[in-house]
Amino acid sequence: MNATTIPVVEVLSAEKVFGNGTRALDPISLTVEPGEFITLLGPSGCGKSTLLKMIANLIEPSEGRINWWRGGHEAVGKPGRKLVFVFQDATLMPWAKVASNVRLPLDLAGVERSEADRRVARSLDLVGLSQFGRHYPRQLSGGMQMRASIARALVDEPDLLLMDEPFGALDEITRNRLDADLLQLWHEKKLTIIFVTHSIYEAVFLSTRVVVMAARPGRILREVIIDEPHPRGESFRVSQAFAAYARELQHLLVEASQGPASGAGDPVAGEAA
Amino acid sequence: MSTTSGKRLPPLMERPEFVRVAAPIAVGCLLLGLWEWLVHLYAIPQYLVPAPSAIARTLVADWDLLFSSLLITLKVTFLAFFVSVLIGTLVAFVFVQSRWIEMSLFPYAVLLQVTPVVAIAPLIIIWVKDPLPALVICATIVAIFPIISNTTLGLRSVNPGLLNLFRMNKASRWQELLRLRIPTALPYFFGGLRISSGLALIGAVVAEFVAGTGGTSAGLAYQILQAGFQINIPRLFAALFLITLAGVALFLLMVVLSRLALGHWHESELTPET
Repeated sequence: MNATTIPVVEVLSAEKVFGNGTRALDPISLTVEPGEFITLLGPSGCGKSTLLKMIANLIEPSEGRINWWRGGHEAVGKPGRKLVFVFQDATLMPWAKVASNVRLPLDLAGVERSEADRRVARSLDLVGLSQFGRHYPRQLSGGMQMRASIARALVDEPDLLLMDEPFGALDEITRNRLDADLLQLWHEKKLTIIFVTHSIYEAVFLSTRVVVMAARPGRILREVIIDEPHPRGESFRVSQAFAAYARELQHLLVEASQGPASGAGDPVAGEAA
Repeated sequence: MSTTSGKRLPPLMERPEFVRVAAPIAVGCLLLGLWEWLVHLYAIPQYLVPAPSAIARTLVADWDLLFSSLLITLKVTFLAFFVSVLIGTLVAFVFVQSRWIEMSLFPYAVLLQVTPVVAIAPLIIIWVKDPLPALVICATIVAIFPIISNTTLGLRSVNPGLLNLFRMNKASRWQELLRLRIPTALPYFFGGLRISSGLALIGAVVAEFVAGTGGTSAGLAYQILQAGFQINIPRLFAALFLITLAGVALFLLMVVLSRLALGHWHESELTPET
């Protein structure tokens, strides 16, 4: 992160009002620098998924704008500016084997077959699925399906990875393992990741910066820097620092779920939620 | 599974795949035996209800006549089925191009479906001189609707997440159709095939009934009509038996096709253990 790098994403007063008048997001501004691991944390209905989808260009902001690498969306997809979205569920094609699923982005882009197969093998290896390329998705567990989905995201060698509660449907043990593996990938590949979650522990463990959001209307409440060196291991999960961050985020989430009218300063805030 | 308590059954009876085949056959044999016994017991004349043995004898004696009729009926059935699949699939592809096209044309597909083919068959037989194409058109009208509706539904039933994935990877419309919509539609399409194959046979027989009085076609329906006029009831039953057999064979053929195409991935074709 030297001085000459340009921000990966700049959200400039972007807001979203849906067609039926629902205000999903108040004007929001957020700058994401290369190499950051940002989590959007908030109660349901706070617009964190909406914000992520706007950054993915799946939803247009009603007002305001978004810059990618200081430019419009046209430049996204060029080398060094690749953006990949990882869905809430694995979203694999049930009729295709895991390797074919992972190869899909390359097939669609017309990458030559032998080159594509080489990249698929490397990608499957990164997520620990090298033995499962010839399996069908239904033969894999939920966690392994999610790994396949991440392999498909990595095969395109993304610079920015957008992840919408990717491990939300998994049990906690599987989720912790995937979190640790994801963090290692981020560290090794020098990725930029924006990650949506409603788990405080996931947010603390993964992020360099947590963006806490509040609902009705969706807005950014506070940003919390997780100032902990990488690589982070299991010892971080049980450390004093981890607990302190979790407590801080917990208080913010209670504040977030109280809405703007009632405000802060509730004496029993710590015990709620 | 093999440790069930109570009386010990022969090992074959404990295998579900054996029971699935053996049980219906046993019921069939039982009913046929009962039928045979009742006919003899009450000495029912053959022109009212022939015994199964009499029907079997007729089937053997009139085999050449009945078999050539069966071939003609099957020819109409397969042609109509083939045309239905071809046109029905094309229509479905046109329908999914835009909601406008579907909304404007779908009611007419329904109209085709709800109009009884017996009512329009005479018209078609008058308009189309050749009997074979006339029969095929009638049977196609009966058989085409499930193909259109199922394939349209299938092409539309794309997982929205996968659709987003394709769009974000800047897939062309053609790639989207080939790699996403068609594989998604296949299970629905095969469901349509099963219904449509039976309907093609029914359509062929009904059309033959209407056209049969012209005496130009000699399908199984014509044999049934003739046998009725001549009070040759065993032959009537024998022809009926062949129609039923053809229907079952068609259905099984579709099941096999469906298993070949979907067996490796779709839930409908998977055994519960996997």
